[in-house]
Amino acid sequence: MSISNAEIGDYKTRISLETFSFLPKFTQEEIYEQINYLLSIGLTPAIEHEHPDNAFEHYWTMWKLPMFGESDPVKVMDEIEACRRSYPDHHIRLMGYDNYAQSQGVCFVVHEGRP
Amino acid sequence: MASKAYDAGVKEYREMYWAPDYVPLDTDILACFKCTGQPGVPREEVAAAVAAESSTGTWSTVWSELLTDLEYYKGRAYRIEDVPGDSESFYAFIAYPIDLFEEGSVVNVLTSLVGNVFGFKALRHLRLEDIRFPIAYVKTCGGPPAGIQVERDRLNKYGRPLLGCTIKPKLGLSAKNYGRAVYECLRGGLDFTKDDENVNSQPFMRWRDRFEFVAEAIDKAQRETGERKGHYLNVTAPTPEEMYKRAEFAKEVGCPIIMHDFLTGGFTANTGLANWCRDNGMLLHIHRAMHAVIDRHPKHGIHFRVLAKCLRLSGGDHLHTGTVVGKLEGDRAATLGFVDQLRESFVPEDRSRGVFFDQDWGSMPGLFAVASGGIHVWHMPALVAIFGDDSVLQFGGGTQGHPWGNAAGAAANRVALEATVKARNEGREIEKEARDILTEAAKNSPELAVAMETWKEIKFEFDVVDKLDVG
Repeated sequence: MSISNAEIGDYKTRISLETFSFLPKFTQEEIYEQINYLLSIGLTPAIEHEHPDNAFEHYWTMWKLPMFGESDPVKVMDEIEACRRSYPDHHIRLMGYDNYAQSQGVCFVVHEGRP
Repeated sequence: MASKAYDAGVKEYREMYWAPDYVPLDTDILACFKCTGQPGVPREEVAAAVAAESSTGTWSTVWSELLTDLEYYKGRAYRIEDVPGDSESFYAFIAYPIDLFEEGSVVNVLTSLVGNVFGFKALRHLRLEDIRFPIAYVKTCGGPPAGIQVERDRLNKYGRPLLGCTIKPKLGLSAKNYGRAVYECLRGGLDFTKDDENVNSQPFMRWRDRFEFVAEAIDKAQRETGERKGHYLNVTAPTPEEMYKRAEFAKEVGCPIIMHDFLTGGFTANTGLANWCRDNGMLLHIHRAMHAVIDRHPKHGIHFRVLAKCLRLSGGDHLHTGTVVGKLEGDRAATLGFVDQLRESFVPEDRSRGVFFDQDWGSMPGLFAVASGGIHVWHMPALVAIFGDDSVLQFGGGTQGHPWGNAAGAAANRVALEATVKARNEGREIEKEARDILTEAAKNSPELAVAMETWKEIKFEFDVVDKLDVG
């Protein structure tokens, strides 16, 4: 089957922010589900934020401390909201620290700041 | 200690090498061989012959044996088991004292265990099924140059498998056109692209030109996407000197990862290159050309789980493991059995996965399992279910065969992957609900919708040749 160029879509390159950045922006419920997941597998939730200009750097600024021992997803949602109010123009990412693998089992941007 | 008299001639192997009462030491290297003897040769004699010929023995008694303590150095066949569903073969378990082997040398271990013994006339077939490396030996090996955790941190990739693609056509592109294909894949959302294993430094594209154009492609894609990217620059070469020259240049142009073929290149080259990568902060992707020659016959050769264990000891950050679902051979349980050997710090004996021994890897880093070969978006949910997050899923034709080109093909795979991971995290059964998950995701991704339409009919359903032994 030959395809004419007229039928071919143009793929536009765009800035993306790693995991889940190719899906539509998550709703509050969808973020809540991912928090539930990370808590259910024993990860420690943590929040980081950074100005979009510096998003490529490994280190973003920590929002307070990782939420050690937290089991209530609502509390995590509240902290994301508090971070967003303080830094409305920053990207905010949620991560789940895995202290066994010394890695992060979850990490995705929950709020995109305007550059 | 009384000295022994020299008794020249030929003794039966089992007099010296069959030791059913032997309790293996924690420091012994243990091996399980599937043996198929010539008709009429007793099992104990076959097992003892394998132990002898792969350790201290030879066909005749020699006087100089009496100058050493063979009781200390000899390998021992200590157990024989039936092979389920196969009356002509049996498993022989053999224990080797650790001092038979040079430290940090899988080369030396393999030269003994799969050396002359495989051509032994008393055997019709022989297959090395598994090796237990004692932790004392593991600690003498370098292992993966970086490992899963370090690679994730360097590349900022968390909570999902990584995505790759082998650049096609596998041979014949010029360096500049090749770099174009790389750039298109990376800008579309892949984490990695890969040299085909056959791509070394041919007349149509010399390595140095390829490295320069690919480096430019990576830089541009990183700038435009804000994500970290890489391309496995294949440094497999005719000589070690040439291999290191290419590795140095890959580092110079800023590529984070290089690639080697560990079986055709050989374990000596591989171990040296892994050490170089560790010293130079480079990741190492390992391809496995030639493996099916060695591992596919169910009664002869070396099972891939052994080659995978040897590679982890020799060093590599990625290793191809087959896909289970794609165009290449691979039974699901057996594949998971050796995938565990790559990634876990302890793997218990589990015959249902073909694992014959407990294996303690201690602090040795794990490496990514690479699934590559004949896979496309429809396979994504099964691949995520089978391989989990610590894997690299590589879609060659499944990226570049997209009707809109590489970038759209890459985006389709990235959307399918992320939708699958999201669904898994939400507790959905991703294999059962594969069609629903992908169809929902395609509503927001015309690239995925086109990919799903393109590959909807492709299946690879042939029975596997090498199955696990079950009754």
